[in-house]
Amino acid sequence: MKAYLDNAATTIPFPEVREIMMQTMETDYGNPSSMHQLGVDAEKYIKNAKEIIAKSLKVEEKEIVFTSGGTESNNQALIGTAFANKRKGMHLITTNIEHASIHNPMLFLEDCGFRVSYISVDKNGHVNMDELLDAICEETILVSIMYVNNEIGAVEDIASIAKKIKEKKKDLIFHVDAIQAYGKYPIYPKRMGIDLLSVSGHKIHGPKGIGFLYIKDKLKINPYIYGGGQQRGMRSGTENVPGIAGLGMAVKLIYENQEEKREKLYELKQYFIDKITLLEDVFINGMEDMELKDTAPHVVSVCAKGIGSEVLLHALEDKGVYVSSGSACSSNHPALSGTLQAIGLEKQMVESTIRFSFSIFTTKEELDYAIVAMEELLPMLRRYVRK
Amino acid sequence: MMKYKAFLIKYAEIGIKGKNRYIFENALVSQIKCALQKVDGSFQVTKEQGRLYVEALSDYDYEDVTEALKCVFGIVAICPVKIIEDTTWETLVKEVAKYMEETYEDKNFTFKVAAKRADKNYPYTSPEICIEMGAYLLEQFPELTVDVHNPEVVVNVEIRSKAYIYSVIIPGLGGLPVGTAGKAMVLLSGGIDSPVSSYMVAKRGVEVEAVYFHAPPYTSERAKQKVIDLAKKVSKYTGPIKLHVINFTEIQMYIYDQCPHDQLTIIMKRYMVKLAEALGEKDGCLGLVTGESIGQVASQTMQSMAVIEEACSMPIYRPVIAFDKQDIVDIAEKIGTYEISIQPYEDCCTTFVAKHPVTKPTLKSICKSETHLEEKIGEMFQKALDTVEIIEIA
Repeated sequence: MKAYLDNAATTIPFPEVREIMMQTMETDYGNPSSMHQLGVDAEKYIKNAKEIIAKSLKVEEKEIVFTSGGTESNNQALIGTAFANKRKGMHLITTNIEHASIHNPMLFLEDCGFRVSYISVDKNGHVNMDELLDAICEETILVSIMYVNNEIGAVEDIASIAKKIKEKKKDLIFHVDAIQAYGKYPIYPKRMGIDLLSVSGHKIHGPKGIGFLYIKDKLKINPYIYGGGQQRGMRSGTENVPGIAGLGMAVKLIYENQEEKREKLYELKQYFIDKITLLEDVFINGMEDMELKDTAPHVVSVCAKGIGSEVLLHALEDKGVYVSSGSACSSNHPALSGTLQAIGLEKQMVESTIRFSFSIFTTKEELDYAIVAMEELLPMLRRYVRK
Repeated sequence: MMKYKAFLIKYAEIGIKGKNRYIFENALVSQIKCALQKVDGSFQVTKEQGRLYVEALSDYDYEDVTEALKCVFGIVAICPVKIIEDTTWETLVKEVAKYMEETYEDKNFTFKVAAKRADKNYPYTSPEICIEMGAYLLEQFPELTVDVHNPEVVVNVEIRSKAYIYSVIIPGLGGLPVGTAGKAMVLLSGGIDSPVSSYMVAKRGVEVEAVYFHAPPYTSERAKQKVIDLAKKVSKYTGPIKLHVINFTEIQMYIYDQCPHDQLTIIMKRYMVKLAEALGEKDGCLGLVTGESIGQVASQTMQSMAVIEEACSMPIYRPVIAFDKQDIVDIAEKIGTYEISIQPYEDCCTTFVAKHPVTKPTLKSICKSETHLEEKIGEMFQKALDTVEIIEIA
């Protein structure tokens, strides 16, 4: 048996996604910029996808720009607005639990002369609101906060944050990294006060190498990639038609019966937590005194005290259970997880934390299987430690 | 750029190996063929009158070919050669002048012509060719200066059925062709030192096989992939490598359970060399090779190495034994293994290493500890050998 429980890293594409992508490679392979019929046929896929996406967010189609994925969306959002608005001020605000694709562009912007404030979070990963509001000053041009944290599944109260920061400074640009949130919740940028929103395709059963950035109409932002002027100059380069078609399909499917899907995930999560916390010395991170529904439906951060996370990961892998240690994107380097440290977890606990993450295809049988595997492995692994 | 049709391969030590010379030459020919298999184009390697030629039978990429030849041990120098079919004097001098024209943009240097005449019917003797050819080139290119004692460029002209012209000398790696010195089993860890050791013994003609000790779940699939990648890099120099992957977890855990923790690494290493020896014996290896260097870690003190060595009867070769880390790193960078070696995946030796491992173990105390392993170790040892995974690295 196999249990793929690493859906915050990536998800299996919907079969319909694969099919539509094949079509764009077998028959409709034209360049959407070409004047002839093949070009027009290819362009239709882009129009369709854009329509679906715009509808899901209740925004205009022209406010959607396709990118190569979440990382590019985040880079474009931060670097594009910082440079376009630097005359108004050179101060940016973010949190200390952001993904590397926010954190590292911020470091780059610091090198370019911008000042960045990193707001701390509480033990459950929620942004310290007073600190955030205090940080806003005359010079502040942009605030970037993630919707759902990829490591512990903390959900920020985006609408209320947007309201409060804009009360303090009206012309602030508010960027939201929604890579782990889109497809899990209805997100309506205009109602919530979001100016920029980053999304990735492969976290919602779409293809890798595609994503989009919602950019509020008339927002002051510079392009970040220059070239042939595609996508109204905002993002040059021949459009990734297969990716865009696949993404459009994924969005359509993930938002069908969306509430039902979310409920199913919460049910799985509750089931999993109830069972796994019965194991000896196993703890859930970031959910202290929290209602289940105030955390993300698909992420559970589990600390198995006394066992190195990588060892546990490989031992689980041996039984066909696939999980992450810390965040998949940052686990290539041995540095400790930023989020887990930021929520005040002891070093020893950080080193023993693995992440289980579910999708709509996850079954209770898979969870049972994973829990049995943990039950078998923990005593064995705890016996052999470095002395 | 000049389009060369052939390369003259110069070798040194092979030349003094007496009656065994042909063995060395044949090995070099086969190593060259093997290296050229990875390059686009078809080539012929010929041995004639004590010289080795690589001739291109098709179009080829000059950089690719010289790069491949530069990785073959036993080659001292590679000389790109121009071949002239028509050896009549008038044509020959013109062709040599053309060769000079195309090879050297700036002709402000000293030179001499060195001629060899295998075809004794040729109308000029070797000294005559040197003089006449030199004179002709001087006439054509007045910027040139003759210096017969210490020239910057030697224009070699060899006349056989065809004429061979060369003056450019690309240094090779030296050493002896792989396969001429027997075979050895390298203990490849994924670190910086063992790939360098493999390279070094191969340079002295040793054919290498490798063994890696995999300890899942304590070492990951990526750690294993890293060793495969390293073997691939090293194989550029050593030729194909047979990589043995041994599952070491069970033995490691058993030692952990039964023996004092500060002796864990030493006892593990004793079993590693025993396993390597068993694999090596089966494949006809004459020794083991490690990346150990005196004093680098607790298990590499002279006392520790003496105790480890006692565990097997095959000699253990340690090419970097007296190298400083930086010297090893320099070679690793040169052969392209450094970048791979520094990827941060744990190997099985570091997982459980004691905070204060013994640095001066005595054989007596280690053997005493090992008596606690007697019950199951034989069976585990056999199982490890029976379940070995073999990966052919080409």
